[in-house]
Amino acid sequence: MKESRQKITGADIFFECLRKEKVEYVFGYPGGAVLKLYEKLYDVDFLEHILTRHEQGAIHAAEGYAKATGRVGVVLVTSGPGATNTVTGIADAYMDSIPVVIFTGQVPTKLIGNDAFQEADIMGITRPITKHNFLVRDVKELAETIRKAFFIASTGRPGPVLVDLPKDVINSVCEFEYPEKVEIRGYKPTFIGHQNQIKKAAEMLKKAKRPLLYVGGGVIMSAGTRELALLAKENNLPVTMTLQGLGAFPGTDPLSLGMLGMHGTYWANQAVNSCDLLIALGARFDDRVTGKVESFSTKSYKVHVDVDPTAIDKNVIVDLPIVGDVKHVLAELVSEMDIHPDLQDWWKQINHWRQECPFEIDAHDGKLRTQFVIEKISEKTRGEAVIVSDVGQHQMWIAQHYQFVHPRSHLTSGGLGTMGFSVPASIGAAFGVKDRPIISISGDGGFQMNIQELITAVAYKLPIKFFVINNSFLGMVRQWQELFHAEKYSFTDLSKSNPNFRKVAEAFGLAAFSTDNPKEVEPLLDEAFAINDRPVFIEFKVVKEDMVFPMVPAGASIGDMMTKRLNPKTMV
Amino acid sequence: MKHTISVLVENRFGAFNRVATMFSGRGFNVHSISIGETEDQDISRMTLVTSGDDQIIEQVVKQLNRLIDTIKVVDLTGQPRVERELALITVFYQKGTRPELTNICDIFRGKIVDINNRTLTLEITGPPDKIDAVINVVTQYGIKEIARSGTVALKRGEQSKIQPKIFTTKEKDKVS
Ligand SMILES: Cc1ncc(C[n+]2csc(CCOP(=O)(O)OP(=O)(O)O)c2C)c(N)n1
Ligand SMILES: [Mg+2]
Repeated sequence: MKESRQKITGADIFFECLRKEKVEYVFGYPGGAVLKLYEKLYDVDFLEHILTRHEQGAIHAAEGYAKATGRVGVVLVTSGPGATNTVTGIADAYMDSIPVVIFTGQVPTKLIGNDAFQEADIMGITRPITKHNFLVRDVKELAETIRKAFFIASTGRPGPVLVDLPKDVINSVCEFEYPEKVEIRGYKPTFIGHQNQIKKAAEMLKKAKRPLLYVGGGVIMSAGTRELALLAKENNLPVTMTLQGLGAFPGTDPLSLGMLGMHGTYWANQAVNSCDLLIALGARFDDRVTGKVESFSTKSYKVHVDVDPTAIDKNVIVDLPIVGDVKHVLAELVSEMDIHPDLQDWWKQINHWRQECPFEIDAHDGKLRTQFVIEKISEKTRGEAVIVSDVGQHQMWIAQHYQFVHPRSHLTSGGLGTMGFSVPASIGAAFGVKDRPIISISGDGGFQMNIQELITAVAYKLPIKFFVINNSFLGMVRQWQELFHAEKYSFTDLSKSNPNFRKVAEAFGLAAFSTDNPKEVEPLLDEAFAINDRPVFIEFKVVKEDMVFPMVPAGASIGDMMTKRLNPKTMV
Repeated sequence: MKHTISVLVENRFGAFNRVATMFSGRGFNVHSISIGETEDQDISRMTLVTSGDDQIIEQVVKQLNRLIDTIKVVDLTGQPRVERELALITVFYQKGTRPELTNICDIFRGKIVDINNRTLTLEITGPPDKIDAVINVVTQYGIKEIARSGTVALKRGEQSKIQPKIFTTKEKDKVS
């Protein structure tokens, strides 16, 4: 017999659902359309609401939390401008497959379409940048919709799901029942890789003379790093990682070739081009990885393992697709490998490439360089920190020089390349991860894009290290201007228009330092790591005109890397 | 090459939009889209005519499948199918040309569904190439306006195995 239930408001149902989903944190910002929710929130004790200073901060924080923990990040904002302010972050989460659920307030259902105050068609706006979105038109659908939103966001290839909540829906009442199971007939996300395909891949691997594992973020998302380590180590396989894949396999391991692609290592890219078997694992053959597609790894038999069928044959046609959860496929592959390939010659070749073109850091002029700073941070933290980078040159130097040893440690905006990601994302990460240092590293440009969130870190006493690599330039754009745009440094020189970062940070209430001296780097880092009751800020004033090398120019093939400046000039 | 793709979607707010947004966002061609209800009131059928090489069509089908609101996606191209489009074509006529137009209409098994002192409107049903043929023929008389419904298509029903084979072929002849 069905017990009759008490009727409760949409707002109560909303929080009951979040309780059922075991949500710990909601990153949000209040406003007219969600006042009722904030009224309830006042007395809610089973989750914590984190007030950011901008809705973009809230969504990036949710992304940071999700990426660092593997759990769903949750955002709550008001209608109209509150909702539109999250759009960049939603697009970012979509591109990097991050599970977030965004709740937006909406004008009452009767007013939808009327250009009502603070109305925006957020459903229409976000349709192409969400995995799915819902408009809840009736309070009776609320609980089931929220259940579906969390389910869709966190399963299969994860992604952002938006739920639009009209004001009247939140205010009306109905009985609450949380569905235990969701049935969505058009969505069946669990894929077990095809057994015969996996066997075939194993056969290829046993015979391979020059195999290579090309590892993307999917390995981390599917929690398959242990299986990856087994496969690589038992078979002595070289491993190269994408920007999002860093951390899936320890960068310190001799089997790691580091990152591939545009700013990848010379030896990784050479290996890609010369291998006879390329096994792509949870990666998507992004154009920053492949360079010119026609000449990408032409000698190899290609196996592609991904949970998302659309990723397969999208950019590069592969020989053996395996649609399925990467962790599962890896485990099967490991058990299929009863014979291990003999790769002595292959390793000899790879090690030759390693020596042919190592990273070069010009460290003899006594000036501070980003690479040096990153290496010191890597040493001090033994590669075990959570590094949240922004977008630009410093981001690539982090990818090259920080030796990540754990998964979910490299948080960066890869697909969309969103400047302003680092500061708020590190805040979300700091709520999710308490046992490892959280380090936000931004450029002087990107740092100013969400600088307001410093106060959020101060308010919640988060022990985040905020580092700014100040080269007084929009460095990455400057690099392209030097190389490909006739050295016209159009609107990229910030040397006369940057604020005094140390003072700004101090005004926000951070312990703040600044240096341009390589000798001061280690002591300052020690000082920063000793402060753990509030955020710390360090500005590293580095040389202005450094360039990230090696580099595959856009559209070139990855075998043709530029390894140093074409016409070396005196550095400022 | 043109492909006719049949998609069953949830009959729900925004489902059509999702498909249209995906096509424009990913730069896929659309020659026609039609949508209507099915025998199940919760499900709509969309028929899409698109074009591209094999790799693109494969992506189109996968991307359609990826949408949460799509229930089933079938590329009907190359399969036994019934494909129809409806067109209304309003053509200018003069005294002498009216019988010619009526005759053309008969040949294509169309109907004249409206007439006034200057124009008449033909209703033509058939596969899209038949509609193209009619339009070609009547262009010389002067076309005032055209409305085309876009293609709708269904896979041909498979005969149940218990029925004698000979009946199947006969049946096939009849409907083609
Ligand atoms: C929101 C946004 N706007 C513009 C860009 C284009 N862009 C990419 S890198 C870059 C320069 C970043 O400069 P800075 O933050 O100082 O980092 P640096 O490259 O100097 O390390 C710009 C403008 C972007 N990626 N994101
Ligand atoms: Mg800079």
